[in-house]
Amino acid sequence: MRINITANGEARSLDLDPRTTLLDALREHLKLTGSKKGCDHGQCGACTVLANGTRINACLSLAVMHDGDEVTTIEGLGSPETLHPMQQAFLTHDAFQCGYCTPGQICSAVAMLAEFEAGAPSPETPRGAAPTLSDAEIRERMSGNICRCSAYPQIVAAIRDAAEGRA
Amino acid sequence: MRPFTYERAASAAAAVEAAQAPGARFIAGGTNLLDLMKLDIEAPAHLIDVGRLPMAGIEATDEGGLRIGAMATNTAVASDPLVRARFPMLSEAIVAGGSPQLRNKARVGGNLLQRTRCAYFYDPTKPCNKRQPGSGCGALEGLNRNAAIFGASPSCVATHPSDMAVALTALDARVETLTAGGGARSIPVADLHRAPGDTPHLETALDDGELITAVVVPPAPTGGQAYRKVRDRASYAGGLASVAVAGGRLALGMVALKPWRATAAEAALVDGADPAEAIGRELAGASPLGRNDFKVPLVARLAVATMAEARAAANGGGQG
Repeated sequence: MRINITANGEARSLDLDPRTTLLDALREHLKLTGSKKGCDHGQCGACTVLANGTRINACLSLAVMHDGDEVTTIEGLGSPETLHPMQQAFLTHDAFQCGYCTPGQICSAVAMLAEFEAGAPSPETPRGAAPTLSDAEIRERMSGNICRCSAYPQIVAAIRDAAEGRA
Repeated sequence: MRPFTYERAASAAAAVEAAQAPGARFIAGGTNLLDLMKLDIEAPAHLIDVGRLPMAGIEATDEGGLRIGAMATNTAVASDPLVRARFPMLSEAIVAGGSPQLRNKARVGGNLLQRTRCAYFYDPTKPCNKRQPGSGCGALEGLNRNAAIFGASPSCVATHPSDMAVALTALDARVETLTAGGGARSIPVADLHRAPGDTPHLETALDDGELITAVVVPPAPTGGQAYRKVRDRASYAGGLASVAVAGGRLALGMVALKPWRATAAEAALVDGADPAEAIGRELAGASPLGRNDFKVPLVARLAVATMAEARAAANGGGQG
């Protein structure tokens, strides 16, 4: 099937087996290998990308379901010369060890802050109130991204810095 | 994954018509269906993508309730100001489930129709009557720590994993559907899922090709609302048990193959029983299997705590 997607601002046309996941389309067909395949079942978050601005697990979506969508991967957030503030914050705080989960963590964190700004509640949000960006809120809202190296304290610190404009 | 053909439905009517094709399945968020397709547990021949149909709105009804389009994402429902104001427990139940990434994709209709997380259902090297009718139940004598304590049968002791469905059951919600013939039906969420009996592979009251188009929630009952869930880790884990309270109504989650409306407990409350007595009346009908015996005292304590939280919310003012 032929699909058209905008990947990191660039219009791309692909002829795909309908079984191709969005993650495989990005990695194997568009050679955007920043997004990682961890569990391939939506349990680890390493494949997190933004589809029309919303964070999703690219492994649990078919590419054909995204015909016409705008997809942003880690490659579209920043470049080695011009890092996204969230990327800089992860570097500053040493918020990774092996780095495998990091592209998903950073994409997830960028979208998480947008969700937070929009007032989306989490289990940490008091009833009827707007959320405040406590460490508990950051941890809860990032629970879909697993880090086997357990860099969680540094990840929370990096996200807080980026959120508060210090990165 | 087995080969399949794919189409994006142009309308709900076109979707139910296309669903007459052999092996056709609807897909919207796909977070459960694609997971199962990768494991060969689901193998549809044709996918009808209904995810872009204009059925994602959330509107107040004239009666003071809400009509939630079946294609609304979990995130959209949980974040909606009307949902948070009128049915805070529904928002809280939704964010208790999955991860943010999954909730951004998952839709209301699919959430209700998601399949069990029973480990034997997921393991093709073990028997499972739900996956392969007639093969037996691996969980019955296996590691059944998270199995049902209500409504199970010798054929199936699995549980339904949805948090949202538990809240909707306590809220007396109904699903609206479009049938294969183009007719409309309205089914209480409490009646949507079948008891397993000896046909646990038949899971819902929906006919082949019938599409959920909306969930209608009636006005909130007087008294408070609360939802509590217990699980093995703090976030992003399936539940061991949950309790939804809406006024005098109680529903229990992850203890049966459907959201379990605790009618015996509700009747006891009407008769003046205190919360502990009332949930005790319900749990008198529980049939734990050994490894899940702990769910009986767990649900007892959880229900008392959740009823207390709901009462406190009611006394705290507002509609909480």
